[in-house]
Amino acid sequence: MNAIAPAGVSAAAFLDRYTGGDGNATRAQAADLLRRAGLPRTGVEAWKYTSLRTLADIPFAGAPAQADGVAVEALLADAVRAYDLDADLPRAVLVNGRFAPDLSRLPDGLSVTRFAAGADLTAHGDVASALNALLAEDGLTLTVAPGVDAGRMMLLSVVVAPDGVALSVHPRHRIVLGAGARLSVLDLSVGRGDYLNNPVLDVLVAEGGHLIHAKLQTEDPAARHLAVVHAEVGADASYDSFTLTLGAALARHEVHARLKAEGGIVHVNGAQLLDGRQIADLTSVITHAAPSCNSRQTVKNVLTGHARGVFQGKILVERVAQKTDGYQMNQALLLSDHAEIDAKPELEIYADDVRCSHGATVGALDADQLFYLRSRGVAGEEARAILVKAFLHDAVELMGDEALRAVLNRAVETWWTRKDA
Amino acid sequence: MPAIAETRDAVESLGQSTYKWGFETEIEMDMAPKGLTEETIRLISHRKQEPEWLLEWRLKAFQAWQAMTEPTWAKVSHPPIDFQDAHYYAAPKKKAGPKSLEEVDPELLRTYEKLGIPLHEQALLAGVELPEGEVARPPVAVDAVFDSVSVVTTFRETLAKAGVIFCPISEAVREHPELVRRYLGSVVPVADNFYAALNSAVFTDGSFVYVPKGVRCPMELSTYFRINARNTGQFERTLIVVEDGASVSYLEGCTAPMRDENQLHAAVVELVAMDDASIKYSTVQNWYPGDEHGRGGIYNFVTKRGACRGDRSKISWTQVETGSAITWKYPSCILQGDGAVGEFYSVAVTNNHQQADTGTKMIHLGRNTRSTIIAKTISAGHSDSTYRGLVRMMPKAAGARNFTQCDSLLIGDQCGAHTVPYIESRNLSAKIEHEATTSKISEDQLFYCRQRGLSEEDAVGLIVNGFCKDVLKELPMEFAVEAQKLLQISLEGSVG
Repeated sequence: MNAIAPAGVSAAAFLDRYTGGDGNATRAQAADLLRRAGLPRTGVEAWKYTSLRTLADIPFAGAPAQADGVAVEALLADAVRAYDLDADLPRAVLVNGRFAPDLSRLPDGLSVTRFAAGADLTAHGDVASALNALLAEDGLTLTVAPGVDAGRMMLLSVVVAPDGVALSVHPRHRIVLGAGARLSVLDLSVGRGDYLNNPVLDVLVAEGGHLIHAKLQTEDPAARHLAVVHAEVGADASYDSFTLTLGAALARHEVHARLKAEGGIVHVNGAQLLDGRQIADLTSVITHAAPSCNSRQTVKNVLTGHARGVFQGKILVERVAQKTDGYQMNQALLLSDHAEIDAKPELEIYADDVRCSHGATVGALDADQLFYLRSRGVAGEEARAILVKAFLHDAVELMGDEALRAVLNRAVETWWTRKDA
Repeated sequence: MPAIAETRDAVESLGQSTYKWGFETEIEMDMAPKGLTEETIRLISHRKQEPEWLLEWRLKAFQAWQAMTEPTWAKVSHPPIDFQDAHYYAAPKKKAGPKSLEEVDPELLRTYEKLGIPLHEQALLAGVELPEGEVARPPVAVDAVFDSVSVVTTFRETLAKAGVIFCPISEAVREHPELVRRYLGSVVPVADNFYAALNSAVFTDGSFVYVPKGVRCPMELSTYFRINARNTGQFERTLIVVEDGASVSYLEGCTAPMRDENQLHAAVVELVAMDDASIKYSTVQNWYPGDEHGRGGIYNFVTKRGACRGDRSKISWTQVETGSAITWKYPSCILQGDGAVGEFYSVAVTNNHQQADTGTKMIHLGRNTRSTIIAKTISAGHSDSTYRGLVRMMPKAAGARNFTQCDSLLIGDQCGAHTVPYIESRNLSAKIEHEATTSKISEDQLFYCRQRGLSEEDAVGLIVNGFCKDVLKELPMEFAVEAQKLLQISLEGSVG
């Protein structure tokens, strides 16, 4: 009722694990932010529709030295089978947030270095990044040299929480593409048990570079996933991303992409397919900080059960960014009486010679389309499947890497079948 | 009461001030001393001879307000407002209440004449010759509010014959307490938000409209607001209740003199529409926007909300916002009745250093409720303009529909235009469509107009009017003409 700025909920469970002894300034800043602001509740505008209130009551612990190897193998094998992953594809595997060299097969053509005890932390202002900075202990930096096409690889995260223990893992990754370099990454996360996965990825694409980032989030239904991507895109370079969210009880994928030189391109596409009592949030801020850049965003939500989907997308066009072309579309399909969508597509524009638009639609399956299919002999449930997949098709289709697109399509298929089971 | 001496001083000091700019009415004012305490509220209530319940209501609002802080979410910035540094009551001095136009201070009438407000209904009715070039207008009943109080309401007899009550709200409190008590604060509760709570505590006048069952209000009703005195805030309260099957069209216009200080205007408007009722509320807001360096101007922080309580009721907001240094305003509809309709048509123009954060809320509660939002935003100079809107489909809003279109036009590379829609749906069969675009004036269109011999300024005016056409056509005719002229004036100096 009153407008007093609400303080967040306590981040004590996380702050207790921060010893403060390593002298890292970014870490100290993060601790300060979390102490001051806490974990956001919905009173904070950037978290208007997603509260982290439930995190405050859970005594999250750091990952034990040893993970349950059998469970890890089983989860990896399941994922390979379910999404028909190419077994020969190079992969970097993290188990409980720590790099697992035994399970990894690192690709040629790029250098992989491990996160060195806090040294690589880039400071970011958002809460999820601060939480990561506070507790990050591992992660990978993938560097592709100028002009090299490093092909395709997988970045796999497996989290297995021991029974009765809630884990939180905070990997910090970085992908750096030199001028004209290319890389496609399938970023897959799976897990079992009660945990919080809080990965932060810093992306730097130099002039003419091209990074494709296909993310498939299939965490345990009880887990929480709090991911942030910070991307900086150079001249004539591109960051082409798609995030498919299927897992976790509470998930947020947050993207901050900055077009910092002429001719850059950013795609922040995604789909969230949710059922049960899942809550998933896709939040993005695309900043045009240079002229003649292009950003595209298509986000789809398919919601059933009591699920709640959130989309917050902002396009910010700075004064210098004349000739900007920005487009944003978000659509939601509600399949049940209790599902909810909250969307906030936002344009903030300070340059006049721009073309920016956004569109949003929310609705149920179209009765006329269902009738049409029915009149052609396609039964109710099958007709629904066709329409839902068609709805998702124009988003998934935007994934630039064909093999990764196929993986995403299989994941959609798997979700639909499992939902019926 | 010690306040009286202070009041006298205040009035005297006012008399000594010299105003650099015209358009200021030198009139004897009765003012409350500066500052806002419970005493101020008691003074206002006493001055207006209000019943005890209303004083209590005000005090409740004041208590709530004290516990609140100013909202900071809007995309506007201004130095902190010292709420103690203003007069909360300013009224033209009068002997007794004016019974007819003859008794109204001629100075006041001249002010409204200058503003082109037709108070002289007799002249209008008699159809006396109009000055050359002036077009005869259809009769419009006017309630003129000068600073804190309503000075005159015209056409009351004609309206009374139809059963329509149209009077200053302070009079309605005396004459129709049961109606006011029943509906006041029922749409915008006392503690709804910071500025609404402030208004509830200190509101001084405004208009009250009651249209009984089945009556189609025989003429347009209009209120004209004028802030005249220095260091005052204007806090008017408008309440419109339209019963089953009745309808009304209501116009609101506002101006203030040019000053290099900022003045606060925090109004509350409440609309109630019962079964099959319809309310059309049109605003042309032209408060003083400040000069080209952003000095002065009105802070316009307004809460407007309509409740479509009845089935098939309809509330339509149309606004042309060209004035004010800062606009913070979200005329909303709560669509409670089944099949209720909410509409919002808006043109917001900002130039120089103006800031506007405006939009609407459409809350769909009933089945098959429908809402349409058309918002056109034009930014020029160093101004910032934001559309902020909410469309919410509640679980019972089966079959509800919304269509939203927001277009922004940027003139010059030093301004900003922003769009912040909130879209929330909790009903599977509700359908929402939203689209927004941002662009500048097309070079081709401009070239075409210039080639036909139009000056650049005229060409921009023409294109802007075309851009706003969807909204302007919703305005009552004589308002539309005024609005078009206003658009042109507001954008003066923004091209070239």
